[in-house]
Amino acid sequence: MRRRVLPGFGLSLGYALAYLGLIVLLPLAALAWKASGIGPHGLVRLLSAPRTLAALRLSIGGAVVAALFNVAIGLLVGWVLVRYRFPGRRLLDALVDLPFALPTAVAGIALSTLYSPNGWVGAFLEPFGIKVAYTRLGVFVAMVFVGFPFVVRTLQPVLASLEREVEEAAESLGARRWQTFFRVILPMLAPTLLTGFALAMARAVGEYGSVIFIAGNIPMHSEIAPLLIVQKLEEFDYAGAAALGAAMLLLSFVLLILVALLQRWSNRWAEVSQ
Amino acid sequence: MSARPRQRKPGLPRRLVHVVLILFALVFLLLFLVLPLATVFVEAFRQGVLPYLSAIREPEALAAIRLTLLVAVIAVPLNVVFGLAAAWAMTRFEFRGKALLGALIDLPFSVSPVISGLVYVLLFGAQGWFGPWLDAHGVKIIFAVPGLVLATVFITLPFVARELIPLMQAQGSEEEEAARVLGAGGWQMFFRVTLPNIRWALLYGVLLCNARAMGEFGAVSVVSGHIRGLTTTMPLEVEMRYNEYDYVGAFAVASLLALLALVTLGVKTLLEWRYRGELAAHAPGGH
Repeated sequence: MRRRVLPGFGLSLGYALAYLGLIVLLPLAALAWKASGIGPHGLVRLLSAPRTLAALRLSIGGAVVAALFNVAIGLLVGWVLVRYRFPGRRLLDALVDLPFALPTAVAGIALSTLYSPNGWVGAFLEPFGIKVAYTRLGVFVAMVFVGFPFVVRTLQPVLASLEREVEEAAESLGARRWQTFFRVILPMLAPTLLTGFALAMARAVGEYGSVIFIAGNIPMHSEIAPLLIVQKLEEFDYAGAAALGAAMLLLSFVLLILVALLQRWSNRWAEVSQ
Repeated sequence: MSARPRQRKPGLPRRLVHVVLILFALVFLLLFLVLPLATVFVEAFRQGVLPYLSAIREPEALAAIRLTLLVAVIAVPLNVVFGLAAAWAMTRFEFRGKALLGALIDLPFSVSPVISGLVYVLLFGAQGWFGPWLDAHGVKIIFAVPGLVLATVFITLPFVARELIPLMQAQGSEEEEAARVLGAGGWQMFFRVTLPNIRWALLYGVLLCNARAMGEFGAVSVVSGHIRGLTTTMPLEVEMRYNEYDYVGAFAVASLLALLALVTLGVKTLLEWRYRGELAAHAPGGH
């Protein structure tokens, strides 16, 4: 074994592990322990309660729909930012990160005001009978807002490294532009788009701050799962809150593993195609 | 098949397609990013400058600003030290379970903010693991400042480490090894070689960590108890004022947070533009 020239292995690793243990692992152990206190019957009763089901359906369903929308709009914005040159492009590019930087409570009250019936956008939609604030549509809008940068930022480096020759080859073989896009470019971007989808969805599923202001939080209708956890805590139902929290955490882990697998797949894809 | 060259139908002129796509993107960015940001400032100044100023000078607002700064001043340095230690261990040495450690560092990004607060309530709350013991000894963590700090530390834990690890991996350890061979002590090597090499990436990580620490809402809302003037950080003050229909007051405090976000974005863009080579290649940032 090679003698270590660099110092501090024991210190740095020991400190990092102790810190992670105290800040992350110990609290998660408490979550697992409290959640298990509810028992299998309690868990089934909790997860099959109509209000829980409605909240989970809204959080998961809303996150899926918002992530799908973000994939489409993220592809458009990413494409425009990478491929075209126009005045103000750099500013827009920097602005894409706004949802990462803007505190969720601020985003929440701003979106809620903007889309309420007398807000700038809400007043415009009102005559068409479209209500956004205090409905499920509001939940969707907030989820789109928080998930949007994930798709664009995942996509941009891949779009920038796409070989133009492939597109030119397709065009010289007689493909129309839309054919080139759907048959050549889109398949090459598929793994990246899926990664962006999973990241945006993972973020939206657990989102709280930006959603609760615009959602109206009507039980069984526009109440998201994280809010239900908060409410169980306020009723001192610790076991119920912990169980619901553990179930949501499990869902996030599944998404996370999915992202890791997708990234490995897309890396291999990139190696094969070179 | 005949060898006749295919006739291309004249499609839309390329230029027109570009303009239409750019316009679509602009409309979306306007509706979803620019307008919400503008709303914050317009609503804050709806009744003029004086009501705005008095709204942010109220004692509760000042207490919230002080508390937010206090939480960030504790949480950010803690995560800087952790980030440096974790990055040093992970990029300079080989050991088993490294991938697992990396996954653990990223974990807080994939946890819902509400759950990040919940876990500390389960640990230190009245019915939590250590609740009765803490109560007997008169220590308050939940519904008090220590709980706010813990929840914030949890949420912002990955930012610095995540920024440093890929950069230090890419830089390699040759310069540090050379310093050691030439007789530098451990800390001497760290302050003279390692730190100067990673300074911009460290600043970048601190910037994002701080923005998140000051703006966190879900996690601190669970552990705060919303005691006005004592455990309400700025985002919580925004929420309470908004729920009391004090819109000018809510948006006035929110405008300070929005300003922080804009400054963060500005400095971040500047760092990316000026020191791109000294920053890590990025995966999109977290929650």
